[in-house]
This record gives sequence, C-alpha cells and structure tokens, in this order.
Amino acid sequence: MNDHTAATSPPVEAELIDFDEALELFDPVMGLEVHVELGTATKMFCGCPNAFGAAPNTNVCPVCLALPGAMPTVNAQAVEYATLIGLALNCEIAQLCRFSRKNYFYPDMPKNFQTSQYDEPIASNGHLDVDLGDGEIFRVEIERAHMEEDTGKSTHVGGLTGRIHGAEYSLLDYNRAGVPLVEIVTKPIVGTGKSAPVVARAYVAALRDLLLTLGVSDVRMDQGSLRCDVNLSLMRKDATEFGTRTETKNVNSLRSVERAARHEISRQAGILEAGGSIVLETRHFDEATGETGSGRPKETAEDYRYFPEPDLVPVVPDREWVETLRAGLPELPWLRRARLQQDWGFTDLEMRDLVAADGVVLVEQTVAAGATPGEARSWWNAYLGQRANERGVTLTELPITPEQVAAVSALVRDGALNAKLARQVIDGVLAGEGEPQDVIAARGLAVVSDDAALQTAVDEALAAQPAIAEKIRSGKLQAVGAVVGAVMKATRGQADAGRVRELVLSTLGVEG
Amino acid sequence: MSAVSTTSDLTRQTAAELASAIASREVSAVEVTRAHLDRIDAVDTDVHAFLHVSGEKALAAAAAVDESLQRGEAPASPLAGVPLALKDIVVQQGVPTTAGSKILEGWLPPYDATVTQRLVAAGIVILGKTNLDEFAMGSSTENSAYGPTRNPWDLTRIPGGSGGGSAAALAAFEAPLAIGTDTGGSIRQPASVTGTVGAKPTYGGVSRYGVIALASSLDQVGPCARTVLDTAMLHEVIAGHDPRDSTSIPQPAPKVVDAVRRGQTDGVAGMRIGIVKQLGGDGYQAGVSESFAKAVATLTAAGAEIVEVDCPHFEYGLAAYYLILPSECSSNLARFDAMRYGLRVEKRPDGTLIESAEQVMAATRGQGFGAEVKRRIMLGTYALSAGYYDAYYGSAQKVRTLIRQDFERAYEQADVLISPSSPVTAFAIGEKADDPMAMYLNDLATIPGSLAGIPAMSVPSGIASDTGLPVGLQIMGPALGELPMYRVAAAFEAAYLAEHGTLVPDLAPALEGAP
Amino acid sequence: MSALQDSGSEVSIAAQQPALTRDEVAHLAHLARLQLTESELDLYREQLDVVLHSVARVSEIATADVEPTTHAVQLVNVYREDVVVPGLEHAAALAAAPATDEGRFRVPQILGEEE
Repeated sequence: MNDHTAATSPPVEAELIDFDEALELFDPVMGLEVHVELGTATKMFCGCPNAFGAAPNTNVCPVCLALPGAMPTVNAQAVEYATLIGLALNCEIAQLCRFSRKNYFYPDMPKNFQTSQYDEPIASNGHLDVDLGDGEIFRVEIERAHMEEDTGKSTHVGGLTGRIHGAEYSLLDYNRAGVPLVEIVTKPIVGTGKSAPVVARAYVAALRDLLLTLGVSDVRMDQGSLRCDVNLSLMRKDATEFGTRTETKNVNSLRSVERAARHEISRQAGILEAGGSIVLETRHFDEATGETGSGRPKETAEDYRYFPEPDLVPVVPDREWVETLRAGLPELPWLRRARLQQDWGFTDLEMRDLVAADGVVLVEQTVAAGATPGEARSWWNAYLGQRANERGVTLTELPITPEQVAAVSALVRDGALNAKLARQVIDGVLAGEGEPQDVIAARGLAVVSDDAALQTAVDEALAAQPAIAEKIRSGKLQAVGAVVGAVMKATRGQADAGRVRELVLSTLGVEG
Repeated sequence: MSAVSTTSDLTRQTAAELASAIASREVSAVEVTRAHLDRIDAVDTDVHAFLHVSGEKALAAAAAVDESLQRGEAPASPLAGVPLALKDIVVQQGVPTTAGSKILEGWLPPYDATVTQRLVAAGIVILGKTNLDEFAMGSSTENSAYGPTRNPWDLTRIPGGSGGGSAAALAAFEAPLAIGTDTGGSIRQPASVTGTVGAKPTYGGVSRYGVIALASSLDQVGPCARTVLDTAMLHEVIAGHDPRDSTSIPQPAPKVVDAVRRGQTDGVAGMRIGIVKQLGGDGYQAGVSESFAKAVATLTAAGAEIVEVDCPHFEYGLAAYYLILPSECSSNLARFDAMRYGLRVEKRPDGTLIESAEQVMAATRGQGFGAEVKRRIMLGTYALSAGYYDAYYGSAQKVRTLIRQDFERAYEQADVLISPSSPVTAFAIGEKADDPMAMYLNDLATIPGSLAGIPAMSVPSGIASDTGLPVGLQIMGPALGELPMYRVAAAFEAAYLAEHGTLVPDLAPALEGAP
Repeated sequence: MSALQDSGSEVSIAAQQPALTRDEVAHLAHLARLQLTESELDLYREQLDVVLHSVARVSEIATADVEPTTHAVQLVNVYREDVVVPGLEHAAALAAAPATDEGRFRVPQILGEEE
C-alpha cells in the first residue's frame, strides 16, 4: 500500500526556464482532455434532475446512490448529444459501441466504478479547426469523444488548509453523481512551437463555442460544466520520441489553460536542462500563482480493470438517424462568423471586437429587427458596451432588447431623434422606463420638426449674430455651425440639426 | 385436492388450491397467512429458512386481500392472498435486506424491487426474507453470515444454495411459494436437493431491478414452489418487461400456465427430448444417475422421442463461469464500502480510530465479507487485471459463445434438453466447506444453461436409492422456450404422480414440533 | 469430476503460469479494498493458485475467430426518455448512512486524490 514511493535519482525539480528560451530547445507536445457536462434534463443513467445548485443529496435515487439492487438506464438525449458532438467534431460515429466499467474506489463515486466507454467510444477520429486570433487556423486532431458519468462532490472539513490533506472528515453530496459527461480527447498536438499555450486556449474556446452552438451544454467553466486537463511533454529539437508527460487536472478557465501550458513548458524545460527527468504524474493548477503543483505519481496509478458493463446493452446508432442529425447540425460558430462579417461588411477588427464582446448574436437580432448592420454594431459595440462595462455585466445581461435598439435606430434614421436624444432614450430603456416610445413620451424627447417654430428660432439666431450671417452669405459655410448651435441651444437640443442647417442656408439664400 | 378443513392442513395445500379457496372465500387470506406463520414458528428454529419474518406486514397484506374480496372486487391475480417466501437478495422497502452478509446487517431498503412490486400488486403475501449464501455465492447456504439453513429432509444436510432458504421453506411447508435467484444454479440445485420445483427463466425474462447483483450477465430471478403449476402461476406474476432493467426482454410474460395445462392433458407425445451426453456419467452419484434413467423411461413411456445430443464445449463451462462470475461480482460488490449504508468498521481491534476513508473501506470490507465472497472478489480482480483480461475474462466470454452454439445445434435436434439438476443429493453440512473446488462442482449441470441464458428448471425426479434423498430433473428450453420447458415439466410431474400416487414434496418428513 | 481439474496432457497457459506471489495477492487485496490478515493472504494465495490453474483452460478453445458473448440477451439501443422521475426524499437518501452532517454523508478523511 505504499502509493507514494517514487524514488528517482535524477532531479525532479529545478529552476524554471524562460518560456522563449525553453522553446528554442524543446518542442512541446500537448494532449487536451475536455470533460463537458451535458445539459440534459436528467442524469446519464437515472431520472434524477441534472441541475446545478440544489440542496445536497436532494437529486438522488437508488441508482445514483448505488443502493444495492439498483440498475442503470441510458438517457436517450445524452446519446443524441454525444453523437451531435462527434458529428460537429468531424468524427466517425461508431457502428456499435458499449459502455464499460472503469473500476476504482473513491468515496465520491457511489458504485466505486465509473460507467464510461473504453475501447469503443461513440465518436472517434475527428478534428477541430481553431482560429488563433490573427486569422491563422490550426487544426487540432480529435482522438475520441465518449460518454460517461460525473462523480459526486466532496467537501473536506477541519484541518488547517481545508483541502484534502489535513481534513478531519469529508462530506459527500451525490447530486452531481451520474450527471452525463462527454470526454473529448485530442490526439497529440505537435508543431505548435511557441503557440502551444495559445493553441490550447483557442482550442478550448472553440470547443466551448461549438458546444454552446450545439445547445448540448451550458459550458460554464466556473461551475465545472466544462473542465480541461492539459497533458504536456517536451521533446528536444533533435529527438524522435515524445518525452514523459504530466497531466494537469481541472484547469477551470480559458486563461488558466494558457497559463498552465506555459508554466509546464518552463518547468519541464528547467528540469530537463538541469539533467533531470519528468515524473509521470497528475498536477494541479493553482489559479493564484499560475503554477502547477505536484499531485499523484502515475506509475502507481490504479489498474482500472475495464470490462463491458453487463447491465447495459450496446449502442448501435441507426445510420439514418445519424445522417438526420448531421443534416440538422447548426452552422458552426466560426463559419457563421465569417458569413456574417461578409454580409455586414465589417472589417476584421470590427468583427473581432464584436466577437470579443459576445455581441454577434445581438447584432444579428438587431439587424433582423430592422436596423442596418452599421447602426447595430455602433450601438452594441460602443454606447451599450460602455454601459455594460459601467455595470460590470455582459451585453446580453443589459436590460435592453435588440428590438428596442432597432426601434431607436429607426427613429434616428427618420429624423425623429438625433444622436444625443437617442442616447437618452436608450438610457431610459436601461433605467427600466419602458419601451423607447414610452421614454420619449415621458421625457418629452421628440425632435422639434415643426419648420415654423424652427424658422422663428433661426431668424432670431441670425438677428442676434449679424456678423456671422454676413460671413455665411459671403460663402464661409463653416460658420453655419455657430448658428445651428445657437438654434439647438434655444430648442434644448430637440431640433434635427440637419434640418436647422438647411433652414439657415435657405433663409440666407445660400446654396448648401 | 382435498377440501380445506383445518388450519394445519392449509400449509399442505398448493398455491393454486389456496388461491382458489381464498378467492371463493372458503378460507380467508389471513387464516392462510396465520397458518404459515405458525408453521414457521414451529419448525424454523430447526430449519432456519428465514432471516426475517414479517408477521405483521404479512397479516396486514392478507387482511387487505380479504377486505378487497369482501367488497366484491375481483382478486388482484390468480395467486391473491397466497403467502410467499422472498429470497433475501430481493429488496423490499422497509424490510431488512442483508443478502446473507454482515456488511448489510440492519439495512432497510428505501425502495422496492420490481419483483417485490409485482408480488405486492398481485396480492401475494410476503411472509419474510429467506436465507442464502452470502451475496448468493455458494451451493449450500453454509456461506450465510447468519448461519446455515438445514435441509428439511435431513437436518444435518445442506438445502443447496444459494437459495437454500427459499427451497427449504417450501420443503418444510413454511410457504407454498418462494422467489429465488439463479446465477449458476442457485434456484435449480436447491430445488433438486430439497425435492421442490424451481425455474430459471430466460435471461432477461424477469426484471433484476432491485435484486442485489452477483454476476449481472448471468443473474436471473425465478419462481419456486412444490408443484409445476404453482411455479408457472408465480412465473406469470413476476415475468414481463421492465423498463428499469435495460436487459429485460421487451415482451409480456410467457403463458406458462397454459403450457402446464397442456402438459397435464396432452403429455409429451410427439416431443423430442435431448439427453446431453456431457451432463451425466462420471462425477454423478449412482442414485442420481439411476433416478435420471427412470425419468427418461417415464418420459419415453409418455410418448417422447429421446435423442442424445453432443455439447462438446460444456466441459469448459465451469471454468468460464468461475472467471465471469468473480469478475463481475468483484465490480458489483465494490459499492459496499461503508460510505453511504451498511456496516462501517471505524476502529482497529485495539480500539484506536482508523483515520482515512480508504482504510475504513478496506477494514469494513475485510471484516464485513465472508471467506467465499473475498475469495471471489480477489479472483475477479485478478482476472480483470491489465495483462490477464484477454486470457481470462475475454476467453471466458468466448467459451460462452461456443456453449451457446452447442445449445443452438442441440435444439435443432430436440425441443428441450434434460439432465440431472445436480450431480449429487444433499450432502452433509460442513462436508465440503473447506474445499472450494469440490463445492464449485455442484453447479456442473446447471452452469451451461446459465452461460447461454436459456430457461431451465428443476422438478423432482424421485428419491435416490443410495441416500434416500430427493433428486432433481433439469429441463432446459431454448432461449424464450419457457412453454415447451413447462409442458415437459408438467407432463413429467403428472406421469410421476400417476406412477407413484404421490409427489416428492409430500414425502418430506413432517419435522418434529410441527403442529 | 475433471471439469475443473488440470487437463493433464494438454498444454495450457495454466501449465506455464507462474504461481501467484504473496505480493501479488496483497496488491489484489489493495485494488479490491480488502484488508486481509496474514493468514488470509496465505490461504488465498494457495486457493487462487489452484482455481486459476484450473480456469485458465478456457484459453485452449477461445481462439481469435470466436466472438465473445457479453450478453446472453441480444438487445441493442435500450434507452430511457430524458424525463425527470421522482427520486428519494432527502431523509430517505440519508437514512442508512453510518454518519451524516449538513445534509451530506459524513465519511472519514479522504486521503487519495480525485480522478
């Protein structure tokens, strides 16, 4: 039972090496394993709700508590979601596949085996094209995607650190036990060089977008519904074989994925340069320090004793059904973005800003509601982007709909509002004052479009500034602004500046 | 078919007779239940068939049946009001369920097995939970953590296993019906050595939901009784599709009662009955072989065409079985870990506290499981290990294919196959306890059918001339072939009764202290 | 009575199989989370050896062209609709627990690491 006897003579720790320097000596090889919790209504093998945040042990039954005698039943929706993921990742869908038992003891796993898939995953041999942000596309090859179930959650109580070691006892909540998971495993990612951390991040980001578009998961990394393990090894520039890898577990944000890969490259390079060797082990990423810490050595890892789950029958996806799913796949996010950018005529920079702000769907809906792409983009990317920043929320969380933004845009286009008034209307909507028309009515924000009233104001302004009127008459049109400004002031901003300018010119008999 | 007169007579009746008397209100279900509870009181100290007797629950269930009949409602099923003994591996909500193991002592299930639900819905009165080898691992019921059950025919002998409690309860007239489970012979071998009837349906024929798993790909729940008709009636109550068991056959229960009637009226005329060359001869007790030969003669006289069939791979059956079963059970029994239910050993023998969950698991499992269970868990852990899987588990699954193919070829020549159910009659308690290999041989004849998943049952074929103990005849049907199996069983039972004037169960000793 | 006994003249992997060591038995016991006494380790070493020797003969006939049977029942694609079914009441879920705290199962400290 000596689980932690990993006596080795060469050093297993050393100073970190600068990232760029490390990459001059070594090529990184990465494998990324992503676990995604499916957004089904029920668990993988029982009818308990698949829900986050319920009171402990309230979403449990004999099956997911592994009571004696209980038996699993496969969630049809989970199989469909797993198939969709496989198709979207350009995988082959198995003709026949099975569930297998992965046997190991752990208190958060009630059966003490995980029902998973072993040598027969539902999807295999695919790829995902990843945009590295500067227009460069990197193809990540997918080894497999398979179905399995999540474990329960343990809380460690007592001791000094509140972590596993030093805890006096642990408390177990099995609400999450049995939640459907799909594990997506890449083939070794080679040839990235310095881009390895960026590729890792971009891959997880692309996968997240893809899963969201498919509607198979809420992909909340902060809630653990998308979790990434980063396997990384280094090989010397002249080497022909992969080096020993480490597995950094549960890296829980996009930024952490990048940082974890970066740190492992520097750390491993440091050890190898000092003449040491890498220990095959699991490591843990520390969000606070940006470093990975040593975990469990793998050479004493359990023998999982996989065998086909005898309580379940094989999954044989009907080929017609698979083709129907394939035909119904939603447009993939990156293809869709390219199409929309072209349709809208946005520059790369404009599009990237919009994507970064998660505003693509909002602009699409605003355009659908009648705004021009330019109007929609300028509202969401500029003014509403600032408002969202001030409130510390995302664009989608702002209390305004694309339809409301489109309505305001239309009023501006028709001259019923000018830019300044339009912003006030938007502010009113954000303040919960109702629809744009309600805000306009309540705040009295309509543009003064009565030419007679405007003419009076123009006449008064010209009379008040005869010198300026003379300049305009003599052709110095840049002086018009001063008169328009005076009229706008007199009408408390409610005039259409364009119309005022026309009236000034026509009053003075000057051609615009 | 005597008229029901006194209370003591009630326990000698068949389930069919009792059901009809209850339905016609000649006797109340409460009286019937009380009679059986009294019988248990009188004899079970000696027999030890029951681990738990649910007296009050049973009487309440019986009263509910009586009230329903009093209101003029139709009986819930053809067995409404009839008492039954439930093997203690089938969970029943709120009733202690131990699987014969210390590790589950005191556990009260918060749910019902599908079989339990169906029994209750049928108005069948569950008297209590019967003894078994721990987690159904054994052929003698000696592996129960709660002490052995004794064979009513000779209290110094074993009642078979793992379902020795259910079989003994029938043979001791403590219950007219019982539920068993059969992984490698746990229904058929106890039936054989207690002179009772027990059927293992086609794999998937009866829901396993709520039945504590031994080897999931082999386990099957089945009916036990003293007559073929009673067995068939119970079969129809518990069989049929259950969506909670993914391996459940999506078909309604087979009409086995009709098949029994047909066997009783038409016999076996025109049927081809195969004798498996490999299931007899060497290793079979003389009295068993003799009884089997007489059974063949009886069937021949009844008009059956007897053929010999060759199943060359059967000789590998036992080896394959003792790889598949330990492998699956090593995984199935992993859930008994002291975390959520059952025994938790938290202290060392010196009284100090065990610090970690991992050590508590190991200590609890080390102390909570008996020797045979631990032996099989170790064996299965080994057989599934990386590097050994192909040679052991993988090869065993291939043997299974070869045995299935043997059966398929045999059923081209025969409608059903027959053999002795067990190579020997009941042996003495303790006789084989220290020799696991000798114990495993008890299942020699029953294991091929288990590996192939076909239906198979044991009916009494008579009394062995060498030991004076009952012998069982195994009848095996093709997959989903419950109808020809029951037909032959019923025909044989009728022919036996005609020949001998009495059925084997009625020859069982009355037992001292019985009312 | 030869079914489980050594098949004599036949060469099987059983014949070539080295005997189980006591360390191997201890490792199996650890994998299976069984705390065994010294005498149990000895007993199981002996008994497992005998049984393994006998059952290894399955590989004699398990040739590459034979498909394994994993299920006696030839069903495929058995699914449940994704519809919530009421489970256990919270109290019933915890009722059999050796110890509970804050609505959860209380267990001794967990030493290993999560998978």
